[in-house]
Amino acid sequence: MIYLQLFWSFFQVGLFSIGGGYAALPQIQNQVVDVHHWLSISEFADILTISQMTPGPIAINAATFVGIKMAGIPGAVLATFGNVFPSCVIVLILAFLYAKYKSFKGVEGVLGGLRPAVVGMIASASLAVLLLALFKDGVIPDSMAGVNLFNFAMLAVCFLILRIFKPNPIYVMAGAGAAGVGWYFLEKLITVAG
Amino acid sequence: MKKIISEVIPIKKNAGLYFKLFRSTFTLSAFTFGGGYVIVPLMQKKFVEKLKWIDEKEMLDFVAIAQSSPGPIAINTSILVGYKIAGIAGALIAVFGTVLPPLIVISIVSVLYSSFRSNPVVNAAMLGMRIGIAAVLIDVVITMVKNILKTKNILSAVIMLASFAAVCFFDVNILIIFAVCAAIGVAVTYKHGKKRGGEAK
Repeated sequence: MIYLQLFWSFFQVGLFSIGGGYAALPQIQNQVVDVHHWLSISEFADILTISQMTPGPIAINAATFVGIKMAGIPGAVLATFGNVFPSCVIVLILAFLYAKYKSFKGVEGVLGGLRPAVVGMIASASLAVLLLALFKDGVIPDSMAGVNLFNFAMLAVCFLILRIFKPNPIYVMAGAGAAGVGWYFLEKLITVAG
Repeated sequence: MKKIISEVIPIKKNAGLYFKLFRSTFTLSAFTFGGGYVIVPLMQKKFVEKLKWIDEKEMLDFVAIAQSSPGPIAINTSILVGYKIAGIAGALIAVFGTVLPPLIVISIVSVLYSSFRSNPVVNAAMLGMRIGIAAVLIDVVITMVKNILKTKNILSAVIMLASFAAVCFFDVNILIIFAVCAAIGVAVTYKHGKKRGGEAK
């Protein structure tokens, strides 16, 4: 059963992520975290992080990761296959039509309505990741007592670097990872010294 | 101005061609970190400038089709390129070549993940990188919102805000939002088309 579920879930992710890039984010979160509880929101954020540093689209990376976790290698293959299946059918038809008529009008109307909606959904999924990065359990705490200000400072620095210098995001992520490790040892040093 | 490459060499279909197609998509995919649009300029370089299998205008059309179809852009572009070069078999080989590297790499990573995640240093690095990805996402979202607002289309802005609120605060099913927005898009296009048709008369 799990094989069928994996295939069907990632089939839907593939079918409803239009626009590429981060468009698959809300669909993956919906299927994997909300509907099936295959991953916690924290593991979901980890996949995003991992997929930035590994080859391939986020959806394929998530499919492989979830597939392996739930049902080993066959699960990974089936989830990945499910993810690319809608593309294979739909894009092949479009490729055929393009080769024949050299144009593909008519899709634009639907896209005009979907594009802004996709941006809204991506913003919502991003907000969940942002809260998780800043606060312990991904929820805004009642008091500011347990809040780690280092997280806020690093977020601001990363964001400014991205906006001003427009580097490849991989470098920002690697830098943030190194800073996280540095901060961990610094904290340890302080506790030992104190 | 950049010269448009429109010179295309004729393609002979044989086992060598299929292998070359597989090898090209495999290596392109293996070295595309971060996913998304990164692979597009790389494909352009390989298939248009180096191998001369596709002309530049066609490649731009492929990217446009890939972006407006469901699924990852890298996969969709591979299908279009593969189909153009060697038909349906070519498309399937191209998809296989593109999917294989992430499948292998993530399989290995996921095994390491479960054994490394409890290590405090790895944990600290992951938490740091999580802040990094949050910053990347804010950056991406700001750019996307700006692009929507730039069109000065009030309906688009309303759709964007409404779908954000629907997902974030009211837990509305994504598919319902999709159906409603697609219907709005079709209705608007139909209305415009009618208006334009009327003006022509």
